[in-house]
Amino acid sequence: MSSHEYTPSSKFGKWFNDRLPLLTLANHLTDYPTPKNLNYWWTFGGILTFCLITQIITGLVLAMHYIAHADLAFGSVEHIMRDVNYGWLIRYVHANGASMFFLAVYIHIFRALYYGSYKSPREIIWIIGMLIYFLMMATAFLGYVLPWGQMSFWGATVITNLFSAIPLVGESITHWLWGGYSVDNPTLTRFFSLHYLFPFLILGLVILHIWALHVPGNNNPIGIDIKKPSNDTVPFHPYIVIKDIFALLIFLIIFAFFVFFSPNILGHSDNYIEANPLVTPAHIVPEWYLLPFYAILRSIPDKLLGVIAMFAAIFVLVILPWLDTSKVRSALFRPIYKQFYWFLVADVLILGYMGAMPAEGVYLLIARVATAYYFIHFLVILPILGRKERTLNVPLSITEPVLGGMPNPSMAKAKGDKVKINSLG
Amino acid sequence: MKKLLKIYLTTIFLTLSTHNITYSAGENYPLLKQDWSFKSFFGTFDRASLQRGYQVYTEVCASCHSLKYVSYRNLAEKGGPEFSIEQAKAIASNFEVTDGPNNDGEMFTRPAKLSDKFVMPYANDQEAKLSNGGAYPPDMSVLVKARAGGADYIYSVILGYEDPPEGMKLDDGVYYNKYMYGNKIKMPPQLYDDLVTYADGTPATPEQMAKDITTFLAWTAEPKLEERHKFGFRAIIYLVILTILVYFSMKRIWSRIETKV
Repeated sequence: MSSHEYTPSSKFGKWFNDRLPLLTLANHLTDYPTPKNLNYWWTFGGILTFCLITQIITGLVLAMHYIAHADLAFGSVEHIMRDVNYGWLIRYVHANGASMFFLAVYIHIFRALYYGSYKSPREIIWIIGMLIYFLMMATAFLGYVLPWGQMSFWGATVITNLFSAIPLVGESITHWLWGGYSVDNPTLTRFFSLHYLFPFLILGLVILHIWALHVPGNNNPIGIDIKKPSNDTVPFHPYIVIKDIFALLIFLIIFAFFVFFSPNILGHSDNYIEANPLVTPAHIVPEWYLLPFYAILRSIPDKLLGVIAMFAAIFVLVILPWLDTSKVRSALFRPIYKQFYWFLVADVLILGYMGAMPAEGVYLLIARVATAYYFIHFLVILPILGRKERTLNVPLSITEPVLGGMPNPSMAKAKGDKVKINSLG
Repeated sequence: MKKLLKIYLTTIFLTLSTHNITYSAGENYPLLKQDWSFKSFFGTFDRASLQRGYQVYTEVCASCHSLKYVSYRNLAEKGGPEFSIEQAKAIASNFEVTDGPNNDGEMFTRPAKLSDKFVMPYANDQEAKLSNGGAYPPDMSVLVKARAGGADYIYSVILGYEDPPEGMKLDDGVYYNKYMYGNKIKMPPQLYDDLVTYADGTPATPEQMAKDITTFLAWTAEPKLEERHKFGFRAIIYLVILTILVYFSMKRIWSRIETKV
């Protein structure tokens, strides 16, 4: 993995390392040459790892006290909140942790979109990332069902019913998922089982994600290939580690504000009403992080096509490395892409907003336009833009962007583009 | 740094603004806002109000509404009404619970103990519905968290009874309520002047009783609120100090390669 051979200094270390090269791995991880111009958007990888571990640990403790039974689940959550030592803290960290996890993953994904991190040679990193994202959504959905409140129950009903749109076998698949003829106790117990399993699948994929990252190395804000190690890189430890910790702490302060002072603001009040199959809530809304997909689902009048569109919205992301035909990675050197990028950000936010609104009238209309634009961005604009766009000159290295790198530095300046080459902040 | 903060703030703002949007059928009136003592960062419950609220609950609400997740011992715990242990024991002993089976295989009743949950007014949901014209009086343990407007909503509904607007027909046993979802409620108006006699001499106006019972229910919904606020304040101070220290360490480490962080 590492470009230089590593030999442990102690005799035992050498003996052990010859048999299991754990020390070589540790050495690779600390010495790993990282572009020195990484900005704070690059700290979210570490933050996400922290989120995953926090969710696993708090979830482990919650599972010790939670009871996966339709008659007891709601009460067992109240038991956690009232009788378990610091149960309120563990549950609120876990519940808000899911939201913080998604906040971080969205920033992480949009960072990759801005700086072209999904492009060759990083396609596999990107695809594994999308798998993680997909599994995260599944895990979050399963977890939201467990407290067995009204939104849990009806959210589960709506989402599992999507499978009934599949022709011929749809109904059988839905019944198979439910373990019966409606969402009931068997559904809850299997959701609990899967909710416990998926995080470990995510953990495995995260390891692959990082492994795949360590082959080509990090992309960076100017999106050029760099020689490693060189003047352009710093060892991961301590430079990147300390910076990641600093960014993580800022993230934790925001996290703490939610947990301690607004622990229920991101949840729906209906989920404090115990599940009742006989009473449908006035409006069934998913958690905020699923709203854009919910808007896409509802903006298609046909159920099957709606489900297809929703899954296609994720699938276009998976094949993005081949949809974006531009050779230039970073949006800093793609003036037109940069504008479309912000249109996409706005589009996704609009979709999220429409997902929270009732699907009727002007809301539905806007959701439809936004859905169409979402697909146009990936399927039409990106392929064409890659061929037509006149990109700015890309520097050849991080440290010498003007002197040796840009053949014609005046060009970039003439266009008034403020490219902060060495910006780390 | 500034950029990072900006994006956090906008994302959070957008998230919050799209979330928890409440819809309602019927007329929508702005809720009656109260200056709740437990709302702010250092918010705590008003102890006297909690004790009065408990009194309103037992004398008025408890005949129909259960509090099935609350135990008698909670009444004496820190951050709650903080009755003395003796008072809580005395309160518990007023109620009968079914226990058993004993060694003869028989169920028996005994006075409630601190460890018992609040005794429920009805044996089961069916009985509760039968006694209330088909409407089920909801359990009130987490009611404040289960309604979009929170404490303000509960307070408003208790005081929101009015004559129905012209042209609105109400069935027997249905009442018009300005703030209730759909404006129709099956619970008759409950509070009138001097319905209870407060031990501490506070005049028992409907507004006062509504405020006290809402405070009490805010506590039953979130019994660890005071502990959470205290813990949170310390956690954030700790994090801020640590962040500052790490910031200067980072500056120092990066100064070795003369690149600004």
